[in-house]
Amino acid sequence: MLLEQIINGITLGSIYAIIALGFTLVFGVLGIINMAHGEIFMVGAFVGVTATGILGWPLWLAFIAAIVVTSILGYLLERFTLRPLRGKKGVSHLAPLISTIGVSILLENLSHHIFGAGNKPFNTSFSQISITIGSITIYLVQIVIFIISILLMIGLTIWLSKTKAGKALRATADNLETASILGVDTKKIIILTVVVASAIGGIAGILVGMAFNSVSPQMGLSMGLKGLAIIILGGMGNVKGAMVGGLILGLSETMLVAYGDSGYRDAIAFIMIIVILLLRPQGIFGSKVSQERR
Amino acid sequence: MLKLTNVETFYGQIQALKGIDLEVHEGKIITLLGANGAGKSTTMKTIAGLLKPKNGSIEFMGENITGLRPDQLLRKGISLVPEGRAILSSMTVLENLEMGAYQRKDKEVKEDIEDVMKRFPILKERQTQMAGTLSGGQQQMLAIARALLSKPKLILLDEPSMGLAPLIVADIFKIIKEIKEAGTTVLLVEQNAKQALKIADYGYVMETGKIIIEGSADSLLEDPRVVEAYLGRKSTS
Repeated sequence: MLLEQIINGITLGSIYAIIALGFTLVFGVLGIINMAHGEIFMVGAFVGVTATGILGWPLWLAFIAAIVVTSILGYLLERFTLRPLRGKKGVSHLAPLISTIGVSILLENLSHHIFGAGNKPFNTSFSQISITIGSITIYLVQIVIFIISILLMIGLTIWLSKTKAGKALRATADNLETASILGVDTKKIIILTVVVASAIGGIAGILVGMAFNSVSPQMGLSMGLKGLAIIILGGMGNVKGAMVGGLILGLSETMLVAYGDSGYRDAIAFIMIIVILLLRPQGIFGSKVSQERR
Repeated sequence: MLKLTNVETFYGQIQALKGIDLEVHEGKIITLLGANGAGKSTTMKTIAGLLKPKNGSIEFMGENITGLRPDQLLRKGISLVPEGRAILSSMTVLENLEMGAYQRKDKEVKEDIEDVMKRFPILKERQTQMAGTLSGGQQQMLAIARALLSKPKLILLDEPSMGLAPLIVADIFKIIKEIKEAGTTVLLVEQNAKQALKIADYGYVMETGKIIIEGSADSLLEDPRVVEAYLGRKSTS
């Protein structure tokens, strides 16, 4: 029983971690919270539902479709809601945040309009396959989610630390002006960041659809807020923090539901924000130096 | 090589440069002197593309480069070492050097980084450390070394000696001379007028957004206006 709950917690935590990765990438480079990230994630989930359920595509194709659609959304988000506000005199630093909230409302209502308000089942025979070892049942989906999220994290870490584009992204996150005088086309890097973050959000959307077998236009909001809680917990703009924070939140939520009161499940994330802001405002992996620089 | 004609740059409503005419000849060290707020750094940032001039034109190697982005200007061979060093503090020393060669696609990058580390042994020693943990002098060395790795034709140095101990300042000026001897043209902004004029070939003096005096470095060292305002008796501030 406990082992099963731990597996459930890790599955949920991996998904949270992937969502938080998207937040943390954008925050690291642009210094803004992308409030539309949760809704881009939701769109990814709906693309998955449409592709597998209505169009009858295989799962791998649904993944590709979700990545393509959310990447395009990410590009449009940057091009039309963030870039026009950047570097303009007299624009409040809160403007991009408000702008992304606008996009999130737009996307949520759009999917309301297209798909209706209720929950949509995510029908793939794949999500029914399970393995029973003794008294423990593990769904194949859970293993797949775990593996995909680990691969994403390793891939992202290697990309950021070893490749030229990854280093340019970190340089831009460190100091945009310095990166530009070193020859980095920071405009391109910013587009790349938002697109990659959105594609990661889209992948998370499909994974959630498979794991919980349910997709709704409202799912973006709560996921988005939890992603936010995780990057505050892990340290803003910190990739490692996003991973660890996601796992902590996933495990503690699952444990609370299993052994405590499930009514408080969503409260955990926000209790964590309060505690972390009181005790360690820079987050678990955040550094004071980087806070001062912001 | 580089020619600024009537360049005017604004910060919002405030005019920081009021028509700058300046010329840099290949293979020389040109220095730009003046008090705080005279517009020296603004001039540098305008040349490097971080600020866009409202009026006037900038020419480099006979080509109009007015309004280009910093990454485009670097490709043309102009590299800025900004005031306050601007190292990438969350990246390692080695990664900082690699970023210096970001636009290069040739195979000699690794060798060049090795060479730079030979010239600055401290950077080799600290290559895996976060650049933010270096001392001020080491950060300045890193910033200059990094700029050189882009193999610029013209390097813009904005107050490289600022806030450094006298011994390290002497070191920095030695390095600047070496840069010139290696064939890279230098435009140097300095508070330290005496030392700057000693190594420079030609100098400009700025005041409130305008160039008020120009001449060969030797003539400026003798010029009573320069002596009184910037050299004085104890001018090493």
